[in-house]
Amino acid sequence: MLSAEGLTHAFGSPPVRALDGISFRLESGRTLAVFGPNGAGKTTLLKVLAGLIRPQAGHAHVQGGRRAIGWIGHQSHLYSHLTVRENLLFWASLYGVPEPQRGARADDLMQRLGLGDRATQPVAALSRGLVQRAAIARALVHEPGVLLLDEPFTGLDLAAAGEFRRLIAELARGGRAVVLATHNVDEGVELATEIAFLHRGRFVEVAPRGARGPAEIAAAYRRAVAGG
Amino acid sequence: MAELLRHAWAIARKDLLLEFRTRTAILSAAVFTALVLVVFNFGRDPTAVPTLTIAPSILWVTFSFAGMVALNRAFQLELENQALDGLLLAPMSRYSLYLGKLAANLVFVAAVETIGLFLFALFFDVPIWRVLEPLVGVIALATVGFIAVGTLFSAMVIRTRFAELMLPVLLLPFLIPPLVWAVQATGALLAARPLSEVTGSLKLLAAYDIVFVALATFLFPATVEQ
Repeated sequence: MLSAEGLTHAFGSPPVRALDGISFRLESGRTLAVFGPNGAGKTTLLKVLAGLIRPQAGHAHVQGGRRAIGWIGHQSHLYSHLTVRENLLFWASLYGVPEPQRGARADDLMQRLGLGDRATQPVAALSRGLVQRAAIARALVHEPGVLLLDEPFTGLDLAAAGEFRRLIAELARGGRAVVLATHNVDEGVELATEIAFLHRGRFVEVAPRGARGPAEIAAAYRRAVAGG
Repeated sequence: MAELLRHAWAIARKDLLLEFRTRTAILSAAVFTALVLVVFNFGRDPTAVPTLTIAPSILWVTFSFAGMVALNRAFQLELENQALDGLLLAPMSRYSLYLGKLAANLVFVAAVETIGLFLFALFFDVPIWRVLEPLVGVIALATVGFIAVGTLFSAMVIRTRFAELMLPVLLLPFLIPPLVWAVQATGALLAARPLSEVTGSLKLLAAYDIVFVALATFLFPATVEQ
């Protein structure tokens, strides 16, 4: 479970508001898709939720703290000259996974994500799609209860993006709270149980997805962004 | 405390493993060290200036610039795939990150200094072997202070443009005191002066280390916050 109350943050001088009074609550097993154009404040919102940026006003709460957060972005946070397995073991150690469990957990994730035969390859030798799978494994190695996804489909081809969507849906069904931030409505709409439109740092609309289809949501997004 | 050290060890181990895999920084630092010592060796006139007069300065110029290579690389490798953001997201104290980077930098610089010291003895024919123990002590004390401050500045400049230029500009003023004490102590040791003559420099180097390791550790979290 995670919640945010009145998150406000500005950058630069003169200050430009990246977040302006963002509030929401997301229960476990639910997926909030935050749609917004470039510069709307999506990444800032996720970084505030993750504790990477301290907001100038308001507060965010993630049940379980930083240890409970898994982050997947368009950057993998992986070291290119380490193997996939070495990367996973390193991140597992930082997240406090007990040493005897690290190897088994890394091997299990690599098997599940189709990286079993790539375990001893350096990340630099992997394709973009495989790097993203390795990044997912990195984000899951400590079994987080909350997943923060920042434009996670960037650079993935159609097949890899579809596979990634299936995996995220499976993880959400497994009881994780997921926040997905993207500028592309088509990419995230299938996964969402809640929808938010972020424009100029404000939630123009936050609502359950309900029975709305992708076209309806895309039209609502265009209206919200144009009118926001 | 145990967790802080465990995380620091994980960071240091990872940095050293990366360096072992790529060997880019250690090779460039070693080649740079050899080049500087060769140039100074052939550029000097031993009949005009006695070797022992200029050798300590040459040694410390070489060590400090080789150290810059290590410091430049310390956070550079965290920029790839924005791994630094991943480290800052992890449930780990910022102090662990600093101490891990400091430990890895010290191992790296110690390796380069070992090569440099051997080449220095070879090229300049200075009697380091009979004063090896105290000389290693002087080098260790000066290196700890230098690398402690350098690791802090390395993190500070990493997200700026011209980081490689900014680092020496910021660091060199802080390097002057330990370098002066290290050159004086090295000169006295190589000239076979009694150990009591270097005690003052050693105490100053130790005091510098204590103050700046503590200060840099304390200030480090503020340099990496966004």
